[in-house]
Amino acid sequence: MSIVIKGARILGGEPADILIEDGAVAAVGQDLTGDETVDARGLIALPGLVDLHTHLREPGREDAETVESGTRAAALGGYTAVHAMANTSPVADTAGVVEQVWRLGQEAGRCDVQPVGAVTEGLAGERLAELGAMADSAARVRVFSDDGKCVSDAVLMRRALEYVKAFDGVVAQHAQEPRLTAGAQMNEGAVSGRLGLTGWPAVAEEAIIARDCLLAAHVGSRLHVCHVSTAGSVEIIRWAKSKGWDVTAEVTPHHLLLTDDLVEDSPVGSYNPIYKVNPPLRTRADVEALREALADGTIDVVATDHAPHPVEDKETEWDAAAMGMIGLETALSVVQEAMVETGLLDWAGVAERMSYAPARIGRLAGHGHPIAAGSPANITLYDASVRAEVDPGSYASKSRNTPYEGRTLPGRVVATFLRGRPTVLDGKLA
Amino acid sequence: MVFCLAEAVSRARTSAHAVLEGPDINRALIRISHEILERTKGGEDVVLLGIPTRGVHLARRLAGHIRQFEGHPVPVGSLDITMYRDDLRTKPARPLGRTELPSDGIDDKTVVLVDDVLYSGRTVRAALDALNDLGRPRAVQLAALVDRGHRELPIRADYVGKNLPTSKSEIVKVYLEEHDGRDAVLLLKEEDK
Amino acid sequence: MKRHLISAADLSRDDALLILDTADELARISDRSIKKLPTLRGRTVVNLFFEDSTRTRISFEAAAKRLSADVINFSAKGSSVSKGESLKDTALTLEAMGADAVVIRHGASGAPHRLAGWVRGSVVNAGDGTHEHPTQALLDAFTMRRRLGSLEGRRVTVVGDILHSRVARSNVLLLSTLGAEVTLVAPPTLLPVSVGSWPCEVSYDLDSVLPKSDVVMMLRVQRERMNAAFFPTEREYSRRYGLDRERFARLKEDAVVMHPGPMNRGMEIAAEVADSPRSTIVEQVANGVTTRMAVLYLLLGGADLGGEDQ
Repeated sequence: MSIVIKGARILGGEPADILIEDGAVAAVGQDLTGDETVDARGLIALPGLVDLHTHLREPGREDAETVESGTRAAALGGYTAVHAMANTSPVADTAGVVEQVWRLGQEAGRCDVQPVGAVTEGLAGERLAELGAMADSAARVRVFSDDGKCVSDAVLMRRALEYVKAFDGVVAQHAQEPRLTAGAQMNEGAVSGRLGLTGWPAVAEEAIIARDCLLAAHVGSRLHVCHVSTAGSVEIIRWAKSKGWDVTAEVTPHHLLLTDDLVEDSPVGSYNPIYKVNPPLRTRADVEALREALADGTIDVVATDHAPHPVEDKETEWDAAAMGMIGLETALSVVQEAMVETGLLDWAGVAERMSYAPARIGRLAGHGHPIAAGSPANITLYDASVRAEVDPGSYASKSRNTPYEGRTLPGRVVATFLRGRPTVLDGKLA
Repeated sequence: MVFCLAEAVSRARTSAHAVLEGPDINRALIRISHEILERTKGGEDVVLLGIPTRGVHLARRLAGHIRQFEGHPVPVGSLDITMYRDDLRTKPARPLGRTELPSDGIDDKTVVLVDDVLYSGRTVRAALDALNDLGRPRAVQLAALVDRGHRELPIRADYVGKNLPTSKSEIVKVYLEEHDGRDAVLLLKEEDK
Repeated sequence: MKRHLISAADLSRDDALLILDTADELARISDRSIKKLPTLRGRTVVNLFFEDSTRTRISFEAAAKRLSADVINFSAKGSSVSKGESLKDTALTLEAMGADAVVIRHGASGAPHRLAGWVRGSVVNAGDGTHEHPTQALLDAFTMRRRLGSLEGRRVTVVGDILHSRVARSNVLLLSTLGAEVTLVAPPTLLPVSVGSWPCEVSYDLDSVLPKSDVVMMLRVQRERMNAAFFPTEREYSRRYGLDRERFARLKEDAVVMHPGPMNRGMEIAAEVADSPRSTIVEQVANGVTTRMAVLYLLLGGADLGGEDQ
């Protein structure tokens, strides 16, 4: 059976037809025909998106998200592959747990789930987890991260960076100096001072990034920096890259759009923990620096850090609330608003940062290919011309902790194809 | 948003005519002073308590007249009734007036409450409640510059400057030199459409 | 008035003066034998205290009772809250009981803001985390006004742990609204990094500021801050930032010494300074009741504004 996508603007270019056969792109051209036709006139075709940073919460917090619900959300957001972070319960620090997550993803079938392995046992930051066993397992883990916690011990970080070289792995560091952020609640600055919330200084992130870049250079390893949030971090990464060191970095959609003053004053009130996230929302100047860094390639990837939490973990006083925001279903829209509509990035640039680069860093051979004959047919069709109010009730995620409620965002994912099979059609799960 | 202060005068288009002019008010107060002296046997043990704002000025004027006639001063004070009103919840919270009793207090005295306009009687009712918390007068009397009728409680004035028949849609406005820069009592009617 | 009193920043100059003027009138009532007023009869005020603070709770309780409100004390200790009930569930319970006002003391900054979103009644912040304590600032301003007259142009020096002090935050906001010139004095570790954006001056040197001050407000310094390396030792703190007899002697003749309590005698304030006639520490307690009466009266004594504000 073949499918032809008619009239799609590949990476925003001229309209073309895309013929899909046997899960791969068979041809790209004009007036192609197939058994089935998808009308994509006016839509932009992007390579299926790849998320380097997703929390699917299974096993352990199935009340917040499951692999099933999370991959539905991913497909609706235009994703064909997501990296599932290791901070589950039990922690994904053994071959057994990563294989379980990987299998759940296979069964769900809407989006490839690539488990991330923990760097240290139980994320405790004391002993290395069995990184090799996870790499050799059916899940073929290549990205290792204690995300949610920082590998703050310098020796342990050095060893991890060195050790994963044996299987072409990468350590994705959650850069947060723990002593500088004890009890921290929000970005340390004018707003935290006024609100009396314990400050989360930018230097706590920047100091770890600087150290890790130097360590990675010293041992000749790859380093990936999770959710960069400050202008200072950008400067350090730019410097490390200028040295030719193998450092990559990601930024979340929310850090490209939102600022810390929302904690003081927002459409949903003051001190609303919907804006509580790790790393915290920073200032306008940081947002500008992050956008510029994403545009010039200093930051390689947009990663969602999709972090679902049940309502009761957010409808609390600020200090007691959980940190994190959902983001799979709004990522492309936010990137359109922050990067495309500002003229900083074209659709080819979006494809690089949301598909090619994350697939490259995660070593996902079957993802992140240009839409061209011979590539796996992982394709996202996107309508950039619409604009709508965010309706959290419409999301497939089990959680509702989106910071965009009450805003309007541009764009809508119309269809997603995973190896030629539609997972989303007409904006709904297929 | 700031506190909303009660604004008494209707913003509707009105016509006003003076019921009492300055000299009329003066004559009325002189007369009331004499009546108080008659009824209290020379003003013995009398305390005049004005109800803010304009009642306080009227009480001071009465005290001035009485001293002129009798040669001895009469204690004067003020009695704010805001916290005792029964209609607090119909308007945003009002600023408080001053309650200031003479140093000898009011126990066993004849208290003459002084107000500018006697209308429903609810202000006087509140004043009686307030007095109750301040002491135990031998007797309480009431003086009003204008009695405009329409009582809603069984209350009457002992001393009245002018009885003024009004309709409920009319507004009686008292101006006093000390507070408003002139003496007058106006009757405001909403103009016919 | 606004429906809630959560931050001193919510108060305009006119709002603040109305509260202080109202408190002035109410202060006269505390001198009479019958101290009770019928004004809030039938209204319910809930004291919702998640932190122990007997003095603040009693002050609010006395204020509400003198206005004839029904008072319900809800202490989080030993209640369902300590069994894990959320603030929101507690709020819904209070709502069902028909609370017209909730006076909340909570260890988390911003808890009153959250509560205000979940109840229909007025919310009064009785201290939230390290954020604000607006009625304390009002009673401090009231106390200063009684001693000094208008606050316009007066120099107020606040000394101590500014970083963790809700009293300091509320005082800076309210006093600057009222036209006073505030100077904060603390070791740099106990000042927020962003203090430069506050409407006040900052100094690290108490001795240079004291001779110009009309008011010196000493804040409690918690000894546990020492363990987190905010300052080296109690002795060093006391030497550099304590109000001892020598410093007290260098104050202007009519200058006033304040402390929101509870005091560490011998640490931030010497015992004889605390007990001197220029100290307002006992007055502050009495003034707390009248100021809180004024706040409750102005919030609850008029028409229900519903959601008009916000």
